[in-house]
Amino acid sequence: MLSREPVLQEISPDLFTLAGYDQEAAERTGYSDYSYWGATLGKFLQSKTAVVALIVLGVLLIFTVIQPYLPGQRDPNVINLNQETFRQLRNVRPGADFWFGTNSIGQDLWARVWRGTRTSLMIALLVATWNVTLGIIVGAIWGYVRRLDRVLTEIYNVLDNIPTTIVMTLLAYMLRPSISTMIIAMCALGWVSVSRFVRTQVIIIRDREYNLASRCLGTPTHRIITKNVLPYLVSVIMLRFALAVPMAIGSEVFLTYIGLGLPLQIPSLGNLINEGRQIMMIPAMRYQLIFPAIMVSLITISFYIIGNAFSDAADPRNHT
Amino acid sequence: MPTTRQRTSSGGLFAYTLRRGLQSLLTVFIVLTFVFLLMRLLPMEGYFGDAYDKLTLAQRNAILDSMGLLDPWYIQLKNFYVDLSQGDLGTSIIFRPQVPITEIIAPKIPYSLYFGLAALTLSLSFGLLMGVMQAREKGKWFDNFGSAYVVFINAVPAAVYFLFIQLYATHYLKIPILFDRARPISWILPAVSMSLGGIASYALWMRRFMVDELNRDYIKLARAKGLSDTQVMFKHVLRNAFVPMAQHLPTTLLMTIAGSLFIESLYSIPGMGGLLIDAISRQDNPLVQALVLIYSTIGVFGLFLGDVLMAVIDPRIKLVKREGAR
Repeated sequence: MLSREPVLQEISPDLFTLAGYDQEAAERTGYSDYSYWGATLGKFLQSKTAVVALIVLGVLLIFTVIQPYLPGQRDPNVINLNQETFRQLRNVRPGADFWFGTNSIGQDLWARVWRGTRTSLMIALLVATWNVTLGIIVGAIWGYVRRLDRVLTEIYNVLDNIPTTIVMTLLAYMLRPSISTMIIAMCALGWVSVSRFVRTQVIIIRDREYNLASRCLGTPTHRIITKNVLPYLVSVIMLRFALAVPMAIGSEVFLTYIGLGLPLQIPSLGNLINEGRQIMMIPAMRYQLIFPAIMVSLITISFYIIGNAFSDAADPRNHT
Repeated sequence: MPTTRQRTSSGGLFAYTLRRGLQSLLTVFIVLTFVFLLMRLLPMEGYFGDAYDKLTLAQRNAILDSMGLLDPWYIQLKNFYVDLSQGDLGTSIIFRPQVPITEIIAPKIPYSLYFGLAALTLSLSFGLLMGVMQAREKGKWFDNFGSAYVVFINAVPAAVYFLFIQLYATHYLKIPILFDRARPISWILPAVSMSLGGIASYALWMRRFMVDELNRDYIKLARAKGLSDTQVMFKHVLRNAFVPMAQHLPTTLLMTIAGSLFIESLYSIPGMGGLLIDAISRQDNPLVQALVLIYSTIGVFGLFLGDVLMAVIDPRIKLVKREGAR
């Protein structure tokens, strides 16, 4: 200490000048043009496949909604008759009158495909919303509230052991075939895997310092979950939702295939494919299988690609 | 890897196995009871088939009584478990009336087993190979092709591409459309179709594993020792890759007995998978119940064996909690 004193005395205040406040310089260091959603969008748009899938899906969705209101559309359940002979126009091949042809009892396949897409998409979106919402709620509580962890984990271990397909099949077998039966069957256990996934994520975020600080300040649990934890999960939640849609459509096709589908007067993609399957051995009538199959593939592939691309883009580690 | 295998507490694995085993038994018990009680809620008309209208009320009651369906539910449940413990799954009522279900099922298992095992072999060998090749050719055309394949198979419902494979492959390759026991060439397509999903998931998983793993220190060490790429791949990476796979292998193996619902009914293979569809479409309640019981029991015990196998081969696993914190 003593030896330093002489040195200090040698430095005179004249050697220093006050640096003035320079607003430009301050902004240059403090400013960042990074915004989470901007970066996410930018990254997403870089993937050409994802953009194509988004456009395809957008066009399909819009057209599915407006199709019944367009002029010159036929009712999907009306059996079309020949105006002169009053015979049913069965299995008419695709042409100017019937763009996708007619089916084996003379219904317009174009109208049926779009109505079916609407039914299937509606079921899929409802199921996906339910499974993801319930999964998030249960998962967030499960991961955040320690006292419940043991109980919920034990319940999960039992539920997880039950094959989902079997529960779905059994429920659809027991209830009367209808749209709500189908939705109930798919919703019964679909949320379990989402909740487990959310729980793991929540546990990772739960004990970060800012949450500790929040807790010390007396923030109520529900507020910490909704404000501090869930925003971090947007990307994974969106991915789960996007993947739940193809899965629900797949389940619908599956249930229809094993004979537990919707009644025939409610066209759905599963129904149409099943109808097409029954006549597919006749090459001239194969279009009745091909059109619904193309529609199913377009929708499921688009959702799958968009979901994956979005989840990659929303991961901050991929932002540059 | 094998040299590091030592367990600090010798009772750990045993206690874990016991605990998981009891848990699985409890699950099976809950599921069986639940399914059994659910089936009791079904309307009674289902038990008569086409004969329903021809029978008088007294006759119907006599039939229901002989099946024990008029007893209180807890007696029925007790009888069900007593029968089950003697290996009796009940008798079919519509599909093949009065025939014990075990007799219906027994001759079908070999078919499902053959196709299941063939498909498993195909998907393991081709899936892992494809994943490895993709990882080595990362970013090149084969990788892109593989990824497109995975997206397609995962997104599109299996029923759709199964139909098109049956439709066009049989036509262009001049293979019979339906399964024919006498013609081995008709055995190929069902097995190949069944393996497509497995190939996709093994390839996806293998590729990701390889890409992650290739930057690890032990791989760098192996390279530095002068091992060739192929040696590194097969001796080091591939062996580690088997550990997480082990968890699902027992379920996959057991599920081969259950057969593929789609494939067996598409190609008319007289196996277990097609049977469930037949039972459902004919509303044969006892048969549906028995099949659901078999499927869920297989599923539960597959998971159990998977967890135990995993604990045996991977010394890093903590045996205290199955649900690791992160």
